[in-house]
Amino acid sequence: MSVLIVLDQSDNHIKKSAYEILSYGSQLAAQIGTTAEALVLGTVNDDLAALGKYGVSKVHQVNSESLNHVDAQLYTKTIAEAVAQTNASVVVFSQTHTGKSVAARVAARLKAGLVAGAASLPDTSNGFIVRKTVFSGKAFANISIQSPIKVISLNPNSVSVVTTDGTATVDQLSIALDASKIKVTAVNKITGEIPLTEADIVVSGGRGLKGPENWGVLLDLAKVLGAGTACSRPVGDAHWRPHHEHVGQTGVQVAPNLYIALGISGAIQHLAGVNRSKVMVVINKDPEAPFFKAADYGIVGDLFEIVPQMTAEIKKLKGIA
Amino acid sequence: MKILVCVSKTPDTTSKIAFKESNTQFEEAGVQWIINPYDEWFALVRAIELKEKDPSIIIHLVTVGGADCDPIIRKALALGGDEAFRINADSNDSFFIAAQIAEIAKQNQYDLIFTGKEAIDYNSAAIGGMISELVDMPYVSLATLFELNGTTATITREIEGGEEVAEISLPVVVSCQKGMAEQRIPNMRGIMAARTKPLKVVEPAAIDTLTSIVNFELPPAKAGCKMVAADNVPELIRLLHEEAKAF
Ligand SMILES: Cc1cc2nc3c(=O)[nH]c(=O)nc-3n(C[C@H](O)[C@H](O)[C@H](O)COP(=O)(O)OP(=O)(O)OC[C@H]3O[C@@H](n4cnc5c(N)ncnc54)[C@H](O)[C@@H]3O)c2cc1C
Ligand SMILES: Nc1ncnc2c1ncn2[C@@H]1O[C@H](COP(=O)(O)O)[C@@H](O)[C@H]1O
Repeated sequence: MSVLIVLDQSDNHIKKSAYEILSYGSQLAAQIGTTAEALVLGTVNDDLAALGKYGVSKVHQVNSESLNHVDAQLYTKTIAEAVAQTNASVVVFSQTHTGKSVAARVAARLKAGLVAGAASLPDTSNGFIVRKTVFSGKAFANISIQSPIKVISLNPNSVSVVTTDGTATVDQLSIALDASKIKVTAVNKITGEIPLTEADIVVSGGRGLKGPENWGVLLDLAKVLGAGTACSRPVGDAHWRPHHEHVGQTGVQVAPNLYIALGISGAIQHLAGVNRSKVMVVINKDPEAPFFKAADYGIVGDLFEIVPQMTAEIKKLKGIA
Repeated sequence: MKILVCVSKTPDTTSKIAFKESNTQFEEAGVQWIINPYDEWFALVRAIELKEKDPSIIIHLVTVGGADCDPIIRKALALGGDEAFRINADSNDSFFIAAQIAEIAKQNQYDLIFTGKEAIDYNSAAIGGMISELVDMPYVSLATLFELNGTTATITREIEGGEEVAEISLPVVVSCQKGMAEQRIPNMRGIMAARTKPLKVVEPAAIDTLTSIVNFELPPAKAGCKMVAADNVPELIRLLHEEAKAF
């Protein structure tokens, strides 16, 4: 028995979401009286033994370049083999792009019940019950998993990272890999920006900014906060901002610690993509804007006056000249 | 060439989310049902566009659900599906649903299977990946572009921090999202034609259910929005920093 935690990597580094599931998986292992072990696929340049400080006793690696791209079919066979070799009874993923591509497929192969989009640690006092978000963050469901092996894919930003002072042993699993049937011909990374789904803080703009030429105020605020930038759907549709910034029901779903909405009315389809954010701040000149009902802090006013003051104030606080 | 498009019935996004029977069931009263937007706008419409280029393509639709799904299946037929299967079973377990669809897929040997990126009710993004495993095909999730060249597909998909373009020989299972196609409205001719298109009701195969919903919870009510005066921006920043510890 063990809890096997499958870590996301890209560009040869472990991703931020991986530290969250390491903490989550280790706490779960302690709760059910077993060990937590991590699985790393592909070539990774990080110090894997140091992952012990997140609570795992072993790190298993399948060190092959062919795993640097996520091919769900190849990943699934490899992970299922690792599950067999480590005798895992719970497999933990992060519900990121990689998790969405792989976790369900692994669950089907293992005939394991899946909870995708888990929000907290399972209740194992009577069975195995996992809480997950449903209806785009408007509710939770408690799901009971009945199968012997269980697969959990945890929503990013739903648990905090806990560190101890352990180290882990690192070993290479010997698993025969199939050839991938997917031929990757191009990878286009968005450079120089903080990927939206990983950002701790997101500053987002709507039609209230009036036009693409006005985005400077928003970008300045994002810069002092080290924030990712997002927009509402009409802004993306009008090409004021790139499509990948569009958040909401039809766009990207984000769950940062802080979401700052500038000139966004707060339509239900917009909220569906952002309402798992921990703290939401709204700047809107219309006191009746629906966003105020969902937000934690708000100012009724003209964003073009307020946002530069926010930026200046944060600079002062952070001691930035 | 045969394409299978998986469609599911979901509450309209503006529906009020409430529960009944001690929070064990979704309150359906007053809910407007729609085709899951990702299935309709992106998976189905892209399949229809492929058929418009190559009329020999046949589009099958499949849904796992009760008779209350028929109106959304008829709408999907009106948009442009050729024939539909409804597997007559109500379940929330992803494995059960995927395994039922995999049975249909095995019988009909599709070149392409399209799903939406996720169902907007339970948000699992799971069915496509599960089907692909059960029928042993490659799987491309979160696709934003799909081009067909003979029996090779060129697919762009979202990955962490960017996108990836790949070539794959059919068959393949693809989960579809924004970018794949543009939303359409069914026309009168389509609506008329849909009435006579076959909608086959199939009894479910014997498949285990691996999970079940114990109950639902609504998130705790927000404390309400703390309003700060427009001439007191420093107070907002102080609250965010000290009270909310947001940065
Ligand atoms: C099926 C469906 C799916 C959808 N999916 C999405 C989605 O994924 N994401 C999404 O965002 N939308 C989505 N929408 C659209 C959504 O319903 C709204 O139309 C959209 O979110 C509105 O964008 P907005 O808030 O930028 O613009 P508006 O609604 O026009 O709001 C602009 C706001 O700016 C404020 N404002 C104007 N000037 C200023 C100023 N100087 N200072 C401060 N405030 C100012 C106004 O008071 C107003 O509240 C969807 C709609 C449908 C029907
Ligand atoms: N009951 C169902 N019947 C047919 N297809 C479904 C069903 N549920 C989900 N799907 C398909 O699987 C996709 C992902 O759904 P999910 O894994 O539930 O988030 C949806 O966009 C649909 O295309």
